[in-house]
Amino acid sequence: MFDFSRGPLVWIAFAILFFGSIYRIISMFLLLKKDKAVLPYMNLKFGLRSLFHWIIPYGSTIMRIRPVFSLLSFVFHLCLLILPIFALGHVIMWKESFGISWWTLPEPLTIFMTFLVVITGFIFIFRRIADPTVRFVSSAKEYILLLLVIAPFITGLMAFYQLFDYKIVIIIHMWSGALWLAAIPFTWLSHMFYFPFTRAYMGCEFGFVRHSKDW
Amino acid sequence: MKESPESLVVDPGLDETIKKLTPERIQQVVNHVFDKECSARLQVYVNTCVHCGLCADACHTYISRDRDPDFSPVGKVKRTIWELIKRKGKVDGQFIRMMSRIVFTECAVCRRCSMYCPFGIDIAYLLLVGRRICNLLGVVPQYLQDTTNSHAVTLNQMWVQQDEWIDTLQWQEEEAQAEIPSARIPLEKEGAEVMYSVIAPEPKILAQLLGNISQIMTVAGIDWTMPATDGWDNSNMAMYSGDFEVMGRVERLHWETAARLKVKKIVMGECGHAFRGAVYDGPRWLGWQYPPIPMVHAIQFYYDLLTSGRIKIREKYKEPITVQDPCNTVRGLGLGKKLRYIMNEMCEDFRDVTPRFEHNYCCMAGGGTINCGPPWKRSRMVSNRVKAEQLKATGASIICTPCHNCHSGIEDIVGFYKLGMHVKFISEILVEIMEIPEELKT
Repeated sequence: MFDFSRGPLVWIAFAILFFGSIYRIISMFLLLKKDKAVLPYMNLKFGLRSLFHWIIPYGSTIMRIRPVFSLLSFVFHLCLLILPIFALGHVIMWKESFGISWWTLPEPLTIFMTFLVVITGFIFIFRRIADPTVRFVSSAKEYILLLLVIAPFITGLMAFYQLFDYKIVIIIHMWSGALWLAAIPFTWLSHMFYFPFTRAYMGCEFGFVRHSKDW
Repeated sequence: MKESPESLVVDPGLDETIKKLTPERIQQVVNHVFDKECSARLQVYVNTCVHCGLCADACHTYISRDRDPDFSPVGKVKRTIWELIKRKGKVDGQFIRMMSRIVFTECAVCRRCSMYCPFGIDIAYLLLVGRRICNLLGVVPQYLQDTTNSHAVTLNQMWVQQDEWIDTLQWQEEEAQAEIPSARIPLEKEGAEVMYSVIAPEPKILAQLLGNISQIMTVAGIDWTMPATDGWDNSNMAMYSGDFEVMGRVERLHWETAARLKVKKIVMGECGHAFRGAVYDGPRWLGWQYPPIPMVHAIQFYYDLLTSGRIKIREKYKEPITVQDPCNTVRGLGLGKKLRYIMNEMCEDFRDVTPRFEHNYCCMAGGGTINCGPPWKRSRMVSNRVKAEQLKATGASIICTPCHNCHSGIEDIVGFYKLGMHVKFISEILVEIMEIPEELKT
């Protein structure tokens, strides 16, 4: 089981992520053939202008209206992207598998960031329940996806602190991580790769076509 | 489902029309619109939305209704589009009735929410998809459908006949001549610099605005004309009722009329949605990337007249005044700063609103909501308490609204919330305070 998780499972997960994402992006462009009022109004400068305003912290009005949520969101996403790539345990695996190696995060920082992901993740779940507006648009899927996203981080911590049977915990860690990767193209986690397109299109509609701002 | 006062409103456009629907017809229309008309954006938007609810802070209906989750932008999408997708169009007439109510009367497609979505999801577009479906099913609030029918028959919004149109222009020309003897409303002047476009409420109920523009054009020395034929109205309620076929006809005739008169540009009167229809939605439907002739909105036009000195101010307007940033010309055309320039040039005591520019609150009359008529007026008013509060906080006694929908909508709000304020167009203030050169007075 461990060997399968360590080997083929990861490969399968990455393959689903990679080909699934490509499939979704290609199908988007194919659909654009029917939705003709999009591409003629795209413009690189205004697309990037909008993206820029929305990826820097507090660069848009809503981020200033919701300062705490924005901060948590930035922390969550940054840790979420950095940890899987730079955590020491993962870098060793990269090295063993492909012979490639890079800079690793110091262990205490890794632990700290992992806690941040888990804590902010639970705050997001709590927010979904506590805020009636968000609860109204949250179904089981939303909660399951959020739990799935933080599951590898919870199990990562459990593995680090050697809680329960290490072998089992690490297998759950790998499976939840794999599921998470595989779910990206087929759930709203796809905002990961759709985000630049939707944001840029809106930036162009507002900036390029309508001479106004969208932040 | 909870019973809201809105669900009890009687509107034959919804109540009677749903009786004719069959499940097959509903499903066929829903699938047609989803697959054939709006595939890419709909798919990507629905798949990208993480249901975070950040768009809620943008919506005046949500804020005004004490943050009722039903009224958040994403809440409206959940109750309409998501549900249609989930049930693959297998919904009944009652669902379509509810959807029609939400998309036509509880959202003014002002696009403020689209600026609050981190992913830039065009939520107003999703609501317009809902309108398109309702239109194809024939379930549209009766008053709004009537304006669309008027467009289909007369190509203007208010059943104005050609003789009435010409007669009104000539009457208003005479009115203008009482102030400035040489004032004209030149009809059918080929090769003029400017074709001036108005929307049908002007000849129908606000004819003095035509007299005003005649005075302004004369003082500014503009070479201008208006068509004597159909094609003078570029307001477009069909765009908002989801009847894009009629929308296309209206816009095509309007541009063809300008082309026939060989004008250099069109100046669009103080109306926001007409500008949107003429410059954005109309050409796209017709398969033109951009409009064939440049169109300038009144705000831009007055800005140019004031900065170039073609219109001089005799005496600044004294009363404390505030302004409404119309969605389609400020969020939709970036004219907020020019509008401020005009206000400060014209008025002594201009008091700005907060929030302003692109972030201004909608009037809750645009997007066809006011055209849904008296049955829905109360709902519209309840949906925009925040506008009343915003205007009241300025302490002004006059509100300048360079848009017909904003004008009517804010007049309603002033009455409903007893604000004791008055609403005016830029042109109404301008004719009061502009300098009329001596040589034009005799």
